[in-house]
Amino acid sequence: MKMSRIAALLVTALAFLCLTVVFAGFLAPYDVAQQNRKLAFAPPSVIHFADASGRIHLHPSVCALEDRPGAFGEYRENHLNCFPIQYLVRGTPYEVFGVVKSNLHLFGVAPQTKIFLMGTDSYGRDLFSRFLCGGQISLLAGLTATLLSLAVGALLGTLAGYFGGWLDASIMRGAELFLALPWLYFLFAARAFLPLSLSATGAFWLLIAVMSLVGWARPARLIRGVVLSSRERHYVLAARLFGGSDTYIMRRHILPETYSILLTQAVLLIPQYVLAEVTLSFLGLGVAEPTPTWGNMLSTLQKYSVLATYWWMLIPGLLLVPVFCGFVLLANELQPGRKARAA
Amino acid sequence: MLSFVFLQLAPGDFFDEMRLNPQISPEAVARLHREYGLDKPLPVRYFSWLKSAASGDWGTSFAYNAPVAPLIWSRARNTLLLTGLSMLLCWMIALPIGVFSAGERHRWIDHGCSFLTSFLLVTPDLLLALGLLWIALRTHWFPAGGMFSLKSAHAGSVAQCRDLAFHLIAPVAVLVLGGLPVLLRHIRAAMTDALQTPYIRAARSHGIPYSRLLFRHALPAASAPLVSLFGYSLGSLLSTSLLIEVVMNWPGLGPLLLEAILARDVYTVIGTVMFSALFLAGGMFVADVLLFATDPRIRTKDIG
Amino acid sequence: MDSAPTFALEARGLCKTFVRGRWWHNRLRHCALENVNLALQQRTTLALVGKSGCGKTALAMCLVGLEQPDRGEIVLNGQSLQTLNRPSAIAARKEVQLVFQDSGSALNPRMSAMQIVEEPLVLCGKYSRKQRWDLAAAMMERVGISPKWSHRQPSEFSGGQKQRLAIARALVLQPKVLIMDEIFVGLDRSIQNQIANLLMELQQSHGLSYLCISHNLGLVSQFADRVAVMDKGRIVDETSSSDFSARAQGDSATVSTPCQQGPSALGTSAGA
Repeated sequence: MKMSRIAALLVTALAFLCLTVVFAGFLAPYDVAQQNRKLAFAPPSVIHFADASGRIHLHPSVCALEDRPGAFGEYRENHLNCFPIQYLVRGTPYEVFGVVKSNLHLFGVAPQTKIFLMGTDSYGRDLFSRFLCGGQISLLAGLTATLLSLAVGALLGTLAGYFGGWLDASIMRGAELFLALPWLYFLFAARAFLPLSLSATGAFWLLIAVMSLVGWARPARLIRGVVLSSRERHYVLAARLFGGSDTYIMRRHILPETYSILLTQAVLLIPQYVLAEVTLSFLGLGVAEPTPTWGNMLSTLQKYSVLATYWWMLIPGLLLVPVFCGFVLLANELQPGRKARAA
Repeated sequence: MLSFVFLQLAPGDFFDEMRLNPQISPEAVARLHREYGLDKPLPVRYFSWLKSAASGDWGTSFAYNAPVAPLIWSRARNTLLLTGLSMLLCWMIALPIGVFSAGERHRWIDHGCSFLTSFLLVTPDLLLALGLLWIALRTHWFPAGGMFSLKSAHAGSVAQCRDLAFHLIAPVAVLVLGGLPVLLRHIRAAMTDALQTPYIRAARSHGIPYSRLLFRHALPAASAPLVSLFGYSLGSLLSTSLLIEVVMNWPGLGPLLLEAILARDVYTVIGTVMFSALFLAGGMFVADVLLFATDPRIRTKDIG
Repeated sequence: MDSAPTFALEARGLCKTFVRGRWWHNRLRHCALENVNLALQQRTTLALVGKSGCGKTALAMCLVGLEQPDRGEIVLNGQSLQTLNRPSAIAARKEVQLVFQDSGSALNPRMSAMQIVEEPLVLCGKYSRKQRWDLAAAMMERVGISPKWSHRQPSEFSGGQKQRLAIARALVLQPKVLIMDEIFVGLDRSIQNQIANLLMELQQSHGLSYLCISHNLGLVSQFADRVAVMDKGRIVDETSSSDFSARAQGDSATVSTPCQQGPSALGTSAGA
């Protein structure tokens, strides 16, 4: 499969994103559950390249935060108390894939102060660390839901297209139903009939199952179209002449035609499912606290007071845009060129 | 035909969820059980619910302690207002832009729009909503959510309408901005296809003026897929409006559903979902009727 | 192989009706084959000519087993296929192979030439990898494609070469009868001749019988032994090739003219 240069670039960027998320423990300076009650709602740390006397250093440093006198909940920097940022520090332990244990972090500062690249939330937890670790869950949810719904869609689409008749008609009616449904209502309703209080992993898998149930229709229709057209090809008829069974024909001749569609759909679906997870968690129906996901990090923004004053809480949401952008652009590049060049 | 099938299936689908509902409510005190008839076996409950639903009684909400149907209806009016208005605006904005961007002159419309739509496509609606709210809170240009201000309860109806309109700005803006990219893309594609057809080219060679060509000739040809798009886009619009209502405190079906789920208020959930299914089915039916009326090809399909 | 049956392939009273439309409305019945009787003698070539839409392809499909006739009997080498049980019928069917009209769509563009030619052997399941390779390479060479091109994909071959590959694939299972559906269409004259010569050689060396469906009367008359004419689902005439060309030259208003593209089969007939 040939990829244009832009596509290759995008794939690299997305791979980089995945790596970042996988090694979240390494890249994040703090543990996700570590609270700093005294520093709740602290703004992002300003990184200084010059020290108190005005000399420029190459080495960035961070100043200590203390309460601003006279104002509750606001902070100011104490410029006399600056600490350099250290690299490869030993901090709280974490695991990569649950297998590799380490406590090496990419950067950090001396324990007297904290570095908050994105500020903190209501409990004083570092948003940057939570963002990276939350990415694990959100992206994983998106990816798994995509795989599941593509699998179901591909299976049903192939069966419908290959066998035709009543199977085709019933599957396609079902697909139209699912396509037209307001997915969020359906998701809510499905969520409603299942226990509300679940462990984080339980909620996670439940979420994925429900999301994939809703989204199998579009890939199924596309795959069915491809299968319908390749079913009549002469080489399929020839294979049947040689004694090829249905499974053989599907495996050898028809499925390879679907790969490019599957890939494009996968790239399109991942951001949609990530968004679905974000939406559900935002509303409190997805993964619950204290596990961070991109969704429930945004949920405190439902309070207007938070939204108005603590602007850095929006950053996780803003960062979603380039991520989705990457996926959408990649999907555009991967498409056979009809739509892309016509634009 | 499609919507007929759909109508048959849609309520049935949601009825099944009622079947799935075991004795789940943790607060199922025996008294409540008996009072709401939950102790009768499942099929009996199902059928009695069906009967009462058909006759207009949709059960009683546990949380509000009030009958479900009027509750839903009062909220649904707000949602319909929001959704209907957004849909109208969205189409009104998207149609001209889409039609012109598919044409050959005024290429700058096309380029500008594709950039804008790509950007809008990538931004999640949630973010748009939060962003607008943030702007509202900072600049006080328009109210940040809610439906009416406290002051307007005593004012005259004109002032109330103005107030309502102001409150509508934010949610409608988000819905419209969220729905524009997809719509624009489809309109543009449909128009491009229609413009390629031989009879449009023939019309052009006859010297028909440009805008007349676009609107009177190409657009009706392109309308077939667009009308079906109308039907399908209702679903996603409902979903998005659910989210927006919750975020922006618009008293519609969205917050109702959410609260009901969190409070395990079964009848309300079912009622809301049923309503949305009916609404959707109705919308698709309308779309099918429109399609039938506008596209003569469908009527003669079986003969040709 | 017993030499008693003189007919390699025989069709007796074949009838086939295609139905289009749902059962609740608008059923269009199109009678593609009506009481077709055809006999192909051993080691000969029978040409089948007729207008587009007269049922030639339908007949080919029935003979090969891709469609089931509604009525009638197909006799292969003296054995009626209807009397056999399913596994034997399937095995017997492999004796008849079909080469399609458009070689471009008859070869999977994602497979290499070698994979294409050895596919029937793979499906047969009885050969090891090396055996398959050897058999396929031998057959490719026989039709004139060098085995060193076996890794190329169909897009890298010319039209004539693709048709040769299709023939190789059809022959690799050693069938007795080869049905060719308009295989000369789209090739230029010299290539047509080359392929016709190749087919005649193969007929000599492998003892094949051919049923050749074609529009091209000139080619047919030089290539075939007998000619059958088909019209509206019936065989209306069957003569030897020389008689046919004599008659065709004299009588211009006969059944078909070369390359006549009529409307599609299911659209023309008034649904007899």
